[in-house]
Amino acid sequence: MAQDARVSRLGHFLDSEKWLGRLMIGPAILFIVAVVGFPLFLALFYSVSDITVGSESMAFVGLENFKNVIQDPTFRQALWNTFVFAIVSNVVVLVLAKVLALALLKDFRGKWFVRLLILLPWVAPISLGSIGWLWILDSIYSIINWTLRAVGIFGPHTWPIWLGQPNLAMASVITVHAWRLLPLATIILLAGLTSIPQDIHDAAAVDGAGFWRHLFEITIPLVMPIMLVAVLFGIVFTFTDMIVIYVLTRGGPYDMTQVLASLAFFTGIDGGDLAQGAAIALFLLPVLAASAILLLRVARRAEVT
Amino acid sequence: MPSGLHKLKAWGAKGGHFGIVAAFATFAAFPFYWMLLTTFKETRDLLNPNNNPFLFNDPPTLEHLKLLFEETLYVQWLWNTAWVGVLVVAITLLLAIPAGYALARLTGRAGEQLGIGIFLTYLVPPTLLFIPLSRVIADLGLQDSLWSLVLVYPSFTVPFCTWLMMGFFKAIPRDLEEAAMIDGLSRFGAFVKVVMPMSVAGVLTLVIFSFTLVMQEFVYALTFITAASKFTVSVGVPTFLVRGDVYFWGSLMAGCFIASVPIAIVYNFFVGRFIAGFTVGAIK
Repeated sequence: MAQDARVSRLGHFLDSEKWLGRLMIGPAILFIVAVVGFPLFLALFYSVSDITVGSESMAFVGLENFKNVIQDPTFRQALWNTFVFAIVSNVVVLVLAKVLALALLKDFRGKWFVRLLILLPWVAPISLGSIGWLWILDSIYSIINWTLRAVGIFGPHTWPIWLGQPNLAMASVITVHAWRLLPLATIILLAGLTSIPQDIHDAAAVDGAGFWRHLFEITIPLVMPIMLVAVLFGIVFTFTDMIVIYVLTRGGPYDMTQVLASLAFFTGIDGGDLAQGAAIALFLLPVLAASAILLLRVARRAEVT
Repeated sequence: MPSGLHKLKAWGAKGGHFGIVAAFATFAAFPFYWMLLTTFKETRDLLNPNNNPFLFNDPPTLEHLKLLFEETLYVQWLWNTAWVGVLVVAITLLLAIPAGYALARLTGRAGEQLGIGIFLTYLVPPTLLFIPLSRVIADLGLQDSLWSLVLVYPSFTVPFCTWLMMGFFKAIPRDLEEAAMIDGLSRFGAFVKVVMPMSVAGVLTLVIFSFTLVMQEFVYALTFITAASKFTVSVGVPTFLVRGDVYFWGSLMAGCFIASVPIAIVYNFFVGRFIAGFTVGAIK
């Protein structure tokens, strides 16, 4: 009798959708808390301490690290660069992706192949793609310089050193980032464009809307939410990236392409000052939080409609 | 309007369209084309500024590939990447599939919030976490061990894959499981015997994405690993083959091409699902 009750309670437990749900999602949540939540908390903790790579103990130093960081001209340069880099590459990407997505909306022969080519920069490991660019932008053997000289655009004495001159280095790094993000933004926008019902386009055509009016008054407003998603991911991926910079310029020349993430790496890992590195990296947090909130808004609005 | 003008206009539009598509495809693919070309060119051909770099001024050579495979650790790096990749994929499937199902069916309204919360952790970048994690990995004694990567990589594969799997399960009609449960299966039994066999495509997508993410990862591997024999391919090539002023451009480009293009071709088949996950429900 008692045993029966126990069995049925166990059966009830396994049948209970609430408990089964908790059991199935629990491991994933525990794991995420352990490898994302806990280190995030540690980062906050380190940033107010004096921890280094080798130190046995650490002391609380308050906002000392942040004070040091803000007074450091290299940091201020990096902060500025990070914004320039993230904003310019995303504006470029957005405009190019819009053009490309509209072009890919049409059916044409060999479309799958074009799509494959366009996806390459996004799927290939970016550290390896950046090395391809390192060779293209080489100071002596740059194919760009060679071609421009061969067709007569560069005179015999013009030979820009793409990664060695501050403004050109920044432009190069931005170009490589735009190259890398373009596929993602394009396919997201393309998904948005294909989801617009054809009768809306037809109605606009019947009403006599021209190409530009159609673009700005119908297409763009309708893909606005999806465009916002593309931009937010673009911002997050550029703002927090250090790979392109690490491979192409290591932050040089004279820290003119240094960004927060790379500076955090050079200070925290190469330099061994974990506390200072953590403080620098934490400056990424406000922008991430803002992006997250905006994404939530988009998701919620989509849910309501 | 005379029909000749119409035709001309149509031709013009077609040409313009072709031009745009061709320009973008060139921009996207040129670095890879350049890698491929460089791989087969003689070093003295590469390093002669008077030669036309688009042509083979000397006959093609396999020298760079030979150097890459025989005299560098490249094969070891590919092997390391595959080893980490397989384990991370296994962990990801084990955690993300049940979690995705729970979010799709079992947790109701609270689960929706939880699902978005999990997705948002995908936005927390390695560059924010690598400093504290480097210390944690050192304290665990996992420095220079591939296990450190196996432990940390699911932190970015699990959130995204859980989200993808949730979307995938939501698309399966509820009636199927309910019918199975009426026939006497438990909820979990229905999940294993009815839903999972229908989800092969979703699981395959997860495998491809997790593996691609592992191949692309750079920051953690650069931070945790310093021994050259333990590098993954995305870190080994840029840090170990690029040293000082001597660049072995041929081998370097070969190494980049081989690790980039094959995975991209496989990925191409799954990209639609990937986008469905990325657009956070902003498209229905």
